[in-house]
Amino acid sequence: MNKLSKDPINLVVAGVGGQGNVMVSLVIGNTLVHDGYFVTIGETYGSSQRGGSVMSHLKVSAEKQYSPLIPEGQADIVLGMEPVETLRVLKSFGNQNVVTVVNPRPIHPVDFTGSGSGYPDMESLLQQLKGMSAKTYVVAATEEAQKLGNAMLANMILIGALIETGLVAISQAAIEKTIKDMFPKAIKENIAALNKGKELASVLQ
Amino acid sequence: MPYIDMDAPGSNQLFIGNEAMARGALEAGIGFASAYPGTPSSEILGSLAEIAKKRDIYVEWSVNEKVAIEAGAAASFAGIRSLVAMKMNGLNVVIDFLSTIILSGIGKKGLVLMVGDDPAAHSSSNETDSRPVSKWLDIPLVEPGDFQEAKDMMPFLYDISEEFGTICIMRSVTRIAHARGNIRLGEIPKVEHKARFEQYYDTAAPMPTPIMCIPSSFRHMFQHMRIDKIREKFESSAFNKYVGPEKPDLLIITSGSGWLYSQDAVNALKAEDRIGILKLGTLWPLPEKLIKTHLSRADKVLFIEETDPFLEGAIMEFAASFSPESKRNLFYGNHTRHLNSFGELTPDAVIKAITGVLDIKYEPRDAEYMKKVEAVPQQYIMDRLLTFCPGCPHRASFWAIKNALAMDGRHGFVTGDIGCYTMALGPAGFFQTRTHQCMGAGAGLANGFGQLSRFGFDQPVVSVVGDSTFYHSIIPALVNGVHNHANFTLVILDNGATAMTGFQPHPGTELTAMGEPAAQISMENICRAIGARVEVCDPFDLKNTTRTMLDLIEQNEGARVAIMRRTCELVRQKKDKKPYKMKIDPDKCLGEDCGCNRLCTRVFRCPGLIWDPALGKTRIDEVICNECGVCADICPEGAITREAVA
Repeated sequence: MNKLSKDPINLVVAGVGGQGNVMVSLVIGNTLVHDGYFVTIGETYGSSQRGGSVMSHLKVSAEKQYSPLIPEGQADIVLGMEPVETLRVLKSFGNQNVVTVVNPRPIHPVDFTGSGSGYPDMESLLQQLKGMSAKTYVVAATEEAQKLGNAMLANMILIGALIETGLVAISQAAIEKTIKDMFPKAIKENIAALNKGKELASVLQ
Repeated sequence: MPYIDMDAPGSNQLFIGNEAMARGALEAGIGFASAYPGTPSSEILGSLAEIAKKRDIYVEWSVNEKVAIEAGAAASFAGIRSLVAMKMNGLNVVIDFLSTIILSGIGKKGLVLMVGDDPAAHSSSNETDSRPVSKWLDIPLVEPGDFQEAKDMMPFLYDISEEFGTICIMRSVTRIAHARGNIRLGEIPKVEHKARFEQYYDTAAPMPTPIMCIPSSFRHMFQHMRIDKIREKFESSAFNKYVGPEKPDLLIITSGSGWLYSQDAVNALKAEDRIGILKLGTLWPLPEKLIKTHLSRADKVLFIEETDPFLEGAIMEFAASFSPESKRNLFYGNHTRHLNSFGELTPDAVIKAITGVLDIKYEPRDAEYMKKVEAVPQQYIMDRLLTFCPGCPHRASFWAIKNALAMDGRHGFVTGDIGCYTMALGPAGFFQTRTHQCMGAGAGLANGFGQLSRFGFDQPVVSVVGDSTFYHSIIPALVNGVHNHANFTLVILDNGATAMTGFQPHPGTELTAMGEPAAQISMENICRAIGARVEVCDPFDLKNTTRTMLDLIEQNEGARVAIMRRTCELVRQKKDKKPYKMKIDPDKCLGEDCGCNRLCTRVFRCPGLIWDPALGKTRIDEVICNECGVCADICPEGAITREAVA
């Protein structure tokens, strides 16, 4: 177990119901617990259905068990599975030191009415995210996952990118073990996606 | 995925609170578990069901909470440690039985009721706090403050239950039950369960007697005596913890989720040398001596509790009994408006409460960053309303109900119930649902509305319920409706699972909780046997379903039933490929110029359909769409097409 750069490390995973937010936090959390860390995960969710904003709070510590919710403005990392949701999280939990990893693929809300202005312009949305983060990694996870044949692999691409930032103490061996435990029928695809994410983030370093 | 019964004592695992409780029950040697699903409690029985056969224990999803607790009590009566789990709404259903089992006592082996509360009602119709039931009915109650305690409290509670012969309650909240944290596993004992019902359990009577609640007053007195003895036991429990200085400037008294939040808040304020935290794990009966000792060491006391000021009331009441010479504390909490008695507790709420009592400054973020936060345009973070999944049969069912009611034209409405379809209150179900209460209430209300024609009421009433809800609490309402000639249509959305809580089986499904073949109870046979007209339709066949619905509504007499049957999309996609390839022909889609007013993206609003303002047309989001094919029947121009996938 390595000493953390900060204790606890506060990570928020932001997305939309149905994207696999819970699974992402579980992959990260399981890996860190098996490496000896204390991990607490809290999910703020709009029921169990689809379409609502979903976010998971992860607190990682070498010392103790923390509560499942991160206080206002105290995120160290935001892992954004969806750009609007990433901005929403930064607004509540961001600060001048936060590092953001974001998938720029939008999930459109269903509640635009005829007079609605539509989904925000992606370029200015990403500018907002960058302005509110110390460093921003824009990782086209869904697009790359579709090339790999399954859009759901976007989640593992994002995890790969997160690991590549070096902010969470996860080794390649540890994450591969988690993948083998959790996805025994899809080990190869998930490791390929993980490595793709690392590769994409390394270019942005 | 690791199973909760993994044989790795001493190892660290990441469990949700509910799995920790289930593991704790296994380590306590239970042989029987029963429950009705409800967030945030479902994973307790769900995780036990996965390993029940292997571990030779009996696990069942009961038809409702009342049957669950009575079945669980029988196991205790026959000498088997038994666990019963439910959410707080279920507790309301079982109060009647609780009010007698506290008098009769349990059997030779322990009986624990696990209740999961949902502060802020994330997945509930209310946010009732279950803790007061312990004081009301004289039931010992404990509450875990973290994940390890969620496991470790179980064996402790079974020992209490057996030593004192009473049912005990473990209460948890969403942020323990559904949060994840570290668990160090213990040993699972090998228990030879031997069941036999001996009619001798009664500490007062010299002769064998039935397990019974009479003579009630005598037994009520006896339960009070038990509670006093348990109080003594709780005084020294390791689940009551104190951290902080010997004489703190402020004493926080808390329990449950407040334990970790309070530590985080004190940590954020860097006030560890000024603030002490007394965490109670054994809440009722109150460990009075322990509390009195801590009250004597601090002037100011702040209660940090989620939802109701339960400890606040009970401890202030207790302090009022102190002799005039005793120290008087200044109490803060809900009654001084430092904390809300509604909604969810958060670390920020605790920080705010503390800074409101002690003079400590706290700025979570610097001013420069706050300027950026305030400059975020509101339209960039638009609300996301909840909706049914793409391909959900409920969207199609409510489309048919909406159109049938519109064609009928008498301002009919839906009385709602509890399940995914609750969302029909909003745009997901086209605002058709007009009442929302508790399990079964929609059908009960329909019984009343259905008798009001004598007072001029002429609106059609449609009670919409889920399949699991039907078995849980609708059958008596239908019996009542047919018997009394109430005028309403009951719609059962039969998607083959208890979908909202995680696809648990119910009496209509093929398998039991333990994966064994079940005797399937046919809902149409039940309804027909009661004497109702029953129509069965496939909601994806919009035309036929709408016509059937209209015909039932216009019958305008007696209680009648439509069963809208189609497997839950989330269940289907685990087994089958997508049935269609969906396309939108951009030449046929007329966008805003079509007379349909963008029916597909403004009214039908499946998340798989996107309005593209640049194009002025509707598109399909290929990542989201489950290709169910229903929207092809919505589009008046035939721009949306479905092609069957071979």
